[in-house]
Amino acid sequence: MSSAPSSAKLTRVVGALAEASGMRAATLNELVRIGDAGLLAEVLRITGDRATLQVFEETMGVSLEEPVVREGSPLAVELGPGLLGSVIDGIGRPLGDLATLTGDFLLPGANAPTIDRARRFTFVPVVARGAQVQQGDVLGTVLERGGFEHRVLVPPGRQGIIAGVFGGERGIEDVVARLADGTTLGLSQRWSVRRPRPSAARLDASRPFLTGQRIFDFLFPIAEGGTVAVPGGFGTGKTVIEQSLAKYAEADVVVYIGCGERGNEMAEVLHEFARLKDPRHGRAVLDRTVLVVNTSNMPVAARESSVYLGLTIAEYFRDQGYRAAVMADSLSRWAEALREIGSRLQEMPGEEGYPTYLASRAAKLHERAGRVTCLGAPKREGSVTLISAVSPPGGDFSEPVTQSCLRVAGALWALDPELAHQRQFPAVDWHTSYSLYSDDMGRAFDATVDPDWSKARGAVLDLLQRDAELREVASVVGPEALEDKDRLLLQAAAIVREVVLGQSAFDPNDAYSPPAKTYRLARASLDLFEAGKVALGRGATFAELELAPVRRALATLRDAPAGDVEVKAAEVKARIASLWRGARSEAGGTS
Amino acid sequence: MSPMRVARTYRGARAAAGPLVYLNGAQRAALGEWVTITAPGQAPLRGQIIDAGEQLSVVQVLEDTLGLAPAGVEIALTGELANAVVGKELLGRALSGAGDPRDGLPPPIGEALRPLWGAPLNPTRRLPPSDFIETGISAIDGMNTLVRGQKLPVFSGPGLPALELAATIVENARAPRGEPFAVVFCGIGITERETRTFLDRFAASGALERSVLYLNQAQDPTIERLLAPRQALACAEHLAFVHGLHVLVVLADITHYCEALREVAAAREEVPGRRGYPGYMYTDLASLFERAGVVKDKPGSVTQLPILTMPDDDITHPIPDLTGYITEGQVVLSRELHRRGIFPPIDVLPSLSRLMNAGIGKDRTVPEHRKWADQLYAIYARGREARMMVAIVGEAGLSPADRRALELTESFERELVHQGPKRRTIQETLEAGWRLIDRVPREDLLKLSDELLATRQAQRDEAQHKGA
Ligand SMILES: Nc1ncnc2c1ncn2[C@@H]1O[C@H](COP(=O)(O)OP(=O)(O)O)[C@@H](O)[C@H]1O
Ligand SMILES: [Mg+2]
Repeated sequence: MSSAPSSAKLTRVVGALAEASGMRAATLNELVRIGDAGLLAEVLRITGDRATLQVFEETMGVSLEEPVVREGSPLAVELGPGLLGSVIDGIGRPLGDLATLTGDFLLPGANAPTIDRARRFTFVPVVARGAQVQQGDVLGTVLERGGFEHRVLVPPGRQGIIAGVFGGERGIEDVVARLADGTTLGLSQRWSVRRPRPSAARLDASRPFLTGQRIFDFLFPIAEGGTVAVPGGFGTGKTVIEQSLAKYAEADVVVYIGCGERGNEMAEVLHEFARLKDPRHGRAVLDRTVLVVNTSNMPVAARESSVYLGLTIAEYFRDQGYRAAVMADSLSRWAEALREIGSRLQEMPGEEGYPTYLASRAAKLHERAGRVTCLGAPKREGSVTLISAVSPPGGDFSEPVTQSCLRVAGALWALDPELAHQRQFPAVDWHTSYSLYSDDMGRAFDATVDPDWSKARGAVLDLLQRDAELREVASVVGPEALEDKDRLLLQAAAIVREVVLGQSAFDPNDAYSPPAKTYRLARASLDLFEAGKVALGRGATFAELELAPVRRALATLRDAPAGDVEVKAAEVKARIASLWRGARSEAGGTS
Repeated sequence: MSPMRVARTYRGARAAAGPLVYLNGAQRAALGEWVTITAPGQAPLRGQIIDAGEQLSVVQVLEDTLGLAPAGVEIALTGELANAVVGKELLGRALSGAGDPRDGLPPPIGEALRPLWGAPLNPTRRLPPSDFIETGISAIDGMNTLVRGQKLPVFSGPGLPALELAATIVENARAPRGEPFAVVFCGIGITERETRTFLDRFAASGALERSVLYLNQAQDPTIERLLAPRQALACAEHLAFVHGLHVLVVLADITHYCEALREVAAAREEVPGRRGYPGYMYTDLASLFERAGVVKDKPGSVTQLPILTMPDDDITHPIPDLTGYITEGQVVLSRELHRRGIFPPIDVLPSLSRLMNAGIGKDRTVPEHRKWADQLYAIYARGREARMMVAIVGEAGLSPADRRALELTESFERELVHQGPKRRTIQETLEAGWRLIDRVPREDLLKLSDELLATRQAQRDEAQHKGA
């Protein structure tokens, strides 16, 4: 039905919206090409012979009466080998190829397929002629850069008996198998981005999604397949968190969506991820990453689509049996894109001008995360974990986007500007943050890291709670008026904040903290607190406790290169043992 | 962009309201098309189509529409998009926000036309900024380092010396390695006095011939404010990416820009967002601020130093808020420091340079720069907390460590932040910081390793040795 000579013409162009006449046969969400330059747009509304379109490219200079051509299909993304390591815009065009076409600046109308047509992949079949295949079955594999096994799947909705399978060097559009009924299966498949990909069954969130960030793994852990909202005013550390997780979290594939944020950040991600090694596999971080980019100055409609595009890619890797993680920075920009388009459509605005369907769209989007049993054979599980930054205006969490996300997300990592101003990073407010997964994850950590993990977590939370109360008191009566045991508690809490919760994303040795290290630092801080309490109980005064050297030893342990950890840990132990001189002389006296 | 079309003329507009003129469906009107509207016996007004429709097109008019009678005007659609005349020849010139001469010289011919609504830089063509710019200001160089290709706004309040600070930076930040540089200054709705403040300082430094001035002052047409920064940025991009200059763009004052944006939105009866500013203000501001950076395989760079006034000193106001979400940090001025005579009155706690880490360290400033800054931040933050506590419990209620921190906080503001008009090299800045750190007992220095402190001690001994 596409490209029939068309009489469709533009009748209005304003911002990211256009209207066209001669569109009676169009369907909702159908893609069209508008104008002499053929800009990509999507049908949002049809009234009689008129259609309203959202345009994914810059509309400046587009004139009335320019032609509109229907494409006959909705916005879809090409899924296949070659995606990993690529950088694509919100409608799936590779930005590197666009630069070849239009130079340093992005100009509308340029077109390039998501996966390079010139690339060749070695396809190794795992099914043979005569085999019966179902949707989701693994047809064969392609080894990607860094040793990643890309599993080529029978697309959803297809099944049959294999009549031929074609191993060897294949291009992205090539056929790799033919079914008895004549259907061909390619190395790649296309999937409409606004439609979730199907799976066999949804599974419980029972396995921790390891972030490598102490404050998250220890205090507010999330599950594989879980969702978390990370709201915070500007400069509170959302992007650093998204980037740290993209680099170090235990995921097989990361889809990083730079949604309405900075160009320089994207450049930095590209530059750094290409050089940085994944701590577990030793391959470049970029080789496990797909970057979806719509910076704040790129067209706003493609900002809205970028999130769906990213989720679809993550689901595709989930369907192969992998743990995919989506870093969305930031969902507020996605919501603002909805608002901008909604208001141009003259829709009835809801709260703060956002469309009334904001909450339901946000819910649907979060529902695309999860751990599943994949379709097809061999039997496998996969997951999509969603970590979304939210940028509330004025840092006020009562606004609609934060609230819509919180209603559906399984965890909240709330960022606090006060902590950020004090350079306490990650600036996570431990009083308001929570994770609905924490009990289940605690049990998992007890089983895999240390049986005392959950207990230690409880002790740390308790310490922080009492610290807050005491600080309240101290701010009224002055710290000098506190009892020694309370001053000890304040110090212990300060140490926990510094060495357990605090973690510099820029320290090469501490940017990533494996769970064993997280536990060790928490344990040592608690041991120090206990030792202090014992000393006070035996007659020491607070002033006699030599806390500063322990604190420094702990900080040294935190920042030590892996090889030095045992030595530094021994030093911490020794410092704790000699916390109080009195105890030493006591010990000396009795021996 | 689409190929340019031929000019068409029409007689009579349907309506006019504020800065907007409504046309009866103009044939093949293009979004963004440049339009002139002429009333008999008057100078033509210039405008741009912001809504192209078969029945009705909306023109946003640059100049004042006072006295306009829509039925009688002649409307010419030029077939062109808004362009800026750019070229090296503009260096040393003063132009209006629309690019007309303001210096009595003939209009510049230029080398090229560049679209005012600049296309976004392809993120894969960007080079991550990492070249340290020594501004000569300790609170910036030491604590919130500026790098080439960054956009770092100054958040000011009414009456605070933001323009003086900008002038100081522009004077001082002269070509670190003797590389060619230029300054593009864009005044947006600022007063005559503010303009003078900046230009006099600037003229004295002899940098005028290396700069281009775009001036839209308070008395100039409001809508021109939406164009002025785009003129400036088009010119800056040309100087940077065609001529390889390192361009520092000062945009003052973004608050006036946002007010013009609000005026147009109100005239169009759009649903207002927070405090009446349009919902798309984030996107609009981003289309300015994102025009900074460094491009792969190109020698120049565009660095932006926007200035904005926080209404009522409120950092959560939509203008500073949206700006902070787009820019790579912010330098925040404090009324309290200003009152105490500290110049520049920079409050380093809410200030931030997001690109600092890329610009400091080994081979850039000194390897220990990060730790040095972290330690000073920690001391200062603690002292500021103590300062608040003093108000309630009195100094006697503080712990000895808090008391020490309080004292250092005063010194930090007087000795490190305050420097008056004097320029400091990065070495001088670091030394000033070390002199504060030297006074802190070891137990309070949690961010510094024994090794680092030993190195510092050795330096001091050596200096003393030399001095003796
Ligand atoms: N974990 C961290 N370690 C060290 N510095 C951090 C950390 N998180 C944030 N920062 C600092 O805070 C700045 C702002 O963080 P960013 O993630 O860009 O904020 P946001 O995205 O919330 O606006 C960073 O440039 C960095 O200086
Ligand atoms: Mg961010």
